[in-house]
Amino acid sequence: MRPTGFPLPVFLLLGSTTLVLFVLSLLVGPSGIPPLPALQALLSTDPGPYALVMQEIRLPRAILGTLVGASLGLAGAVLQGLLRNPLAEPGLIGVSASASLGAAIAIYSGLSLAFPLALPALALAGAAVAGGLILTIAAGMGSGRGAGLVVILAGIAISSLAGALLSLVLNFAPNPYAALEIVYWLLGSLADRSMVHVATAAPFILVGWIMLLPLARSLDLLTLGEDAAAALGVRLARVRLLAIVGTAACVGGATAVSGAIGFVGLVVPHLLRPLVGSRPGTLLPASALGGAVLVLAADIAVRILSPERDLKLGVVTALIGAPFFLRLLLHARRTA
Amino acid sequence: MHRRHDTLRLCALATAALLALGPGGAAAAPPERVVSINLCTDLLAMRVAAPGQLVSVSFLAQDPAHSPVARAARRFPGNKGSAEEVLGFRPELVVAGAYSARESVAMLRRLGYRVEVFPLVDGFDGIRAQLRRMGTVLEQQPRAEAIIAAFDSALRSASPPPTTRARPLAITYGPNGFIEGVGTLGHDILTASGLENLATRLGRPGYTQLPLELLLLAEPDLVILPEPPAFPARAYEITHHPALQRANLRAFRFSENVRGCDGANLTDAVAELAAAARELRQ
Repeated sequence: MRPTGFPLPVFLLLGSTTLVLFVLSLLVGPSGIPPLPALQALLSTDPGPYALVMQEIRLPRAILGTLVGASLGLAGAVLQGLLRNPLAEPGLIGVSASASLGAAIAIYSGLSLAFPLALPALALAGAAVAGGLILTIAAGMGSGRGAGLVVILAGIAISSLAGALLSLVLNFAPNPYAALEIVYWLLGSLADRSMVHVATAAPFILVGWIMLLPLARSLDLLTLGEDAAAALGVRLARVRLLAIVGTAACVGGATAVSGAIGFVGLVVPHLLRPLVGSRPGTLLPASALGGAVLVLAADIAVRILSPERDLKLGVVTALIGAPFFLRLLLHARRTA
Repeated sequence: MHRRHDTLRLCALATAALLALGPGGAAAAPPERVVSINLCTDLLAMRVAAPGQLVSVSFLAQDPAHSPVARAARRFPGNKGSAEEVLGFRPELVVAGAYSARESVAMLRRLGYRVEVFPLVDGFDGIRAQLRRMGTVLEQQPRAEAIIAAFDSALRSASPPPTTRARPLAITYGPNGFIEGVGTLGHDILTASGLENLATRLGRPGYTQLPLELLLLAEPDLVILPEPPAFPARAYEITHHPALQRANLRAFRFSENVRGCDGANLTDAVAELAAAARELRQ
């Protein structure tokens, strides 16, 4: 394989697309504010209605779209690189659903009213439990034939279990609205998020990124096989721990404020892999940007398709991702 | 000829007498052992029924989070609306709401019990109609009329006098961003308090969802928010969104649960809201 240099054009394209979509996300909404007044209102200190809408509703939504999308893309790339499994991503292996379960427990028990940090913390805990389980199963399976599919099946089982427990929590929650909110927790939404939600999630998301991005080099070396990588100084146990905790932090933080959004971490690394020369390390930051692009685009799409009702983000990402997943699955079976 | 007339007159009198003494006649006895399986009918029945007539109310009426008369309701055994429970009370009459579990209502009717279904309350007229109907169904018409008369007189004194000046713009904003337009209780409370309903200005009757952006852009003077719930749910998050707190509007909350369809706390609510509206005008 010809060694490829750092694919600068790809990153420039991804970065500028993210920026463009961020601005577009600021300009889309049911109130139809024209673009120039909208951007002026964003920076205005006068508390008129335009400024309120831009600063308190559109801005946090665009920021969260970027943070959540980047986290899901990054986590997907890390999991695919670490498990060396093309089907791995936080949604499919149960990390997102378990994070939703943790977050739901925090909210409906009233814990997050008393301790706001309990929300992202419990989401992180849920995500960490699922992540830990999957990595343990993967480590035990080795790299024989069918190992990859077993890991994915285990992930789907964990996801189903988390979903069932989530249903249970919501049906036992005393407030009558709770039972219907399962749609939000399993499909995700960024509607009417505020800067408070940004402040809640951002620290956990950023900590997650700080843990995951440096794994790039180790993931590159792991393509040579575990023994070779260990000989070159990669401490596999440490890499696994950072991967679990980092994924749990950024996916947990994201899920706590947006619900579980699936398929982003699956689709983005696959689409970008050919563009970055199939190096798992370079794929990490690329997938982060690609994830932001996908979620921002999906969030713009739901607001254009259904301006007044809250169409869930997970619907759009599933419409893109599920056929993609099936295609990958059939391809993986053929080459297994 | 005269004899035929007399016979006819006798027949007419006999028929009239039979009709008067039949099932629709005024001599019918009030049903004893009435069971209510819906919060709305609980409140109506508790006010209109004679002592001892009502034997059970739904568990929601006994929950202070949903019922303004929870303590009084706990004097009755509660029920969860299942047909099995209702049978245990051996009722003569069951009163239910339009959205009571259809299977339970159908089963009770199949088993031969009399079930009267009350539709949703769609405003003050709806409350008067419900009270009147409960009075008819329980054979307590004088009590029902007295309650309606008291309600009307209290409403007259609570409402501000009509004015030609522009009324402040207001709206109710509930869980999941639901607003109340024409044909709802919230609308009638708002307009009786001397406010203009933003929902009407936006052309939205009934219960609809309004995106927060549109509410802020309409710049209402007052927004009626729900009481923080006893237990949390995401549905309420939008009602304490920072944008609403920063906005230049008066956030108003009723001091008590005022949505009971018996109209019990309604006139107090109108008085409270009218006072807030008066402050806005100054």
